[in-house]
Amino acid sequence: MSKFSISIRPFGVHAILVEWPNEVDEIILNDILKFKNYLETSCLDVKKWEFVAAYNSITLILRKEPIDFNRLIPRLKQWHGECGESKAKQKYLWRLPVCYDTDFGIDLEEVAEKLSLTISELIKQHTENVYTVYGIGFLPGFMYLGGLPKSLEIPRRSTPRLKVQKGAVGIAGEQTGIYPQESPGGWNIIGNCSVPMFNPKDENPCFVNVGDKVQFYSIERAEYDLYKIEGEVGIYKLEKTEWDA
Amino acid sequence: MLKVLKSGFFTTIQDSGRFGYLNKGVPVAGYMDSFSASKLNKLLDNSQDAALMEITMTGPTLLFEEPTYICLGGADISVTLNNNPIEQYKIYKIEKGDIISYGRLKKGFRNYLAIKDGFKSVEVIGSRSFYYPLTDRSHLSDPSELKYESCEDYDAKISELKVDSFLDERVLHVAIGPEFGLLGDRQLEQLFSKDFSVAKEYNRMAYQLEEKIQGHSHSMLTSATLPGTIQLTPSGKLIVLMKDGQTTGGYPRILQLSDKAISILAQKKYGDAISFKLVKT
Repeated sequence: MSKFSISIRPFGVHAILVEWPNEVDEIILNDILKFKNYLETSCLDVKKWEFVAAYNSITLILRKEPIDFNRLIPRLKQWHGECGESKAKQKYLWRLPVCYDTDFGIDLEEVAEKLSLTISELIKQHTENVYTVYGIGFLPGFMYLGGLPKSLEIPRRSTPRLKVQKGAVGIAGEQTGIYPQESPGGWNIIGNCSVPMFNPKDENPCFVNVGDKVQFYSIERAEYDLYKIEGEVGIYKLEKTEWDA
Repeated sequence: MLKVLKSGFFTTIQDSGRFGYLNKGVPVAGYMDSFSASKLNKLLDNSQDAALMEITMTGPTLLFEEPTYICLGGADISVTLNNNPIEQYKIYKIEKGDIISYGRLKKGFRNYLAIKDGFKSVEVIGSRSFYYPLTDRSHLSDPSELKYESCEDYDAKISELKVDSFLDERVLHVAIGPEFGLLGDRQLEQLFSKDFSVAKEYNRMAYQLEEKIQGHSHSMLTSATLPGTIQLTPSGKLIVLMKDGQTTGGYPRILQLSDKAISILAQKKYGDAISFKLVKT
């Protein structure tokens, strides 16, 4: 039996929102993922339903027909009660190479100065931490990463840039993340990740799942260029390890 | 092959959209006005997943190099086949060398050109719908080419459909959104007693509305959004997410458009008036 009380309510005719307490908490995220896995494996037809989990909620979407809420809501409550024994999917820790060269880290110097850190201290702190993927959205392959150390918290840039490079690694507020494609953006850019976070040509276009862990490691410009080429010809091997916590 | 001689303002290929990648941040995409698009696919006896051409505001000039059958509908635009005006929701046989040419937009905003068995633009993770940068193109440019399969003799069960135009409809049916409960009396009155108009910022991702309502200072954790979700920004701006809209967001989701309301809104352009009517789910 799960220890959290959840709220279940319709979200239009094609979706239903299940919400946990309004907190960023890994225990909550794990309860959500356990429930999600139980729904996918034992309760709902995954050829019809889509599941979007983020922070303290999961939204179940049935695009092609209206949902019978009177029937589904009591069953969801029952399934949530039952899912305690089931497990969440295997999680992985992904180690992602980031080049913190100032060619890429266009805000690196400014950020270091504002945070009263040297550039190497900043890189050390950014790479020491293990981040949790609390959601994927905003753009294809964009991860909402939690776990940025307090010492690296810095407001968004006052004026967003019209163009942020694909792969740009940024920090803003309590968050850090990677821009999976060129886009406008207001985060402070400190480096660039050579691994594409979204590849539409792959059967699984985004290797990361909500609940996974991410850690960055610093690479030199030459390694960045090499990984980039390896990525393009499809021989780059990602570093991943099973995460059981 | 279809030769795109002139592409028009923003012409794309759209099917019913992508399934199964919302959890990776991939928008549904697909035809904006599903009401009109699905009628056309039905008329041609196509599957609902068949890809159509979505024409926005000003349309293309197209040269067909293979025989086929087409029909069009949605926004009211004058269209000719070899310089002869053609009608909406009626099947036309196309011969090699025929030219379809779009003229002036009279009413609405998006027109659909359906073709027997659909256009065969590249399929990317389960859909032919253009969505850049997943697909190489965001819209058709000229000159360019599009694949379709030739069809010599198709015996249509019906050759035309009577479709009641909804282009003049302006009342959008909405259900309550997850954060509807945040709204106070003043905001509710503003939402349901006044007309709104489409702001300059409107496209396949979202329609912003010109008139604001009272703002808020509620902060929430990022959570899923859908096509037709109406977000309320702290400053009181209303943003209606559409088919290419982001899959998650952090603004309160106060209302949710019905499927029909999404189609109605998809036919609106800058300055057009709309109003909301709350219905039960």
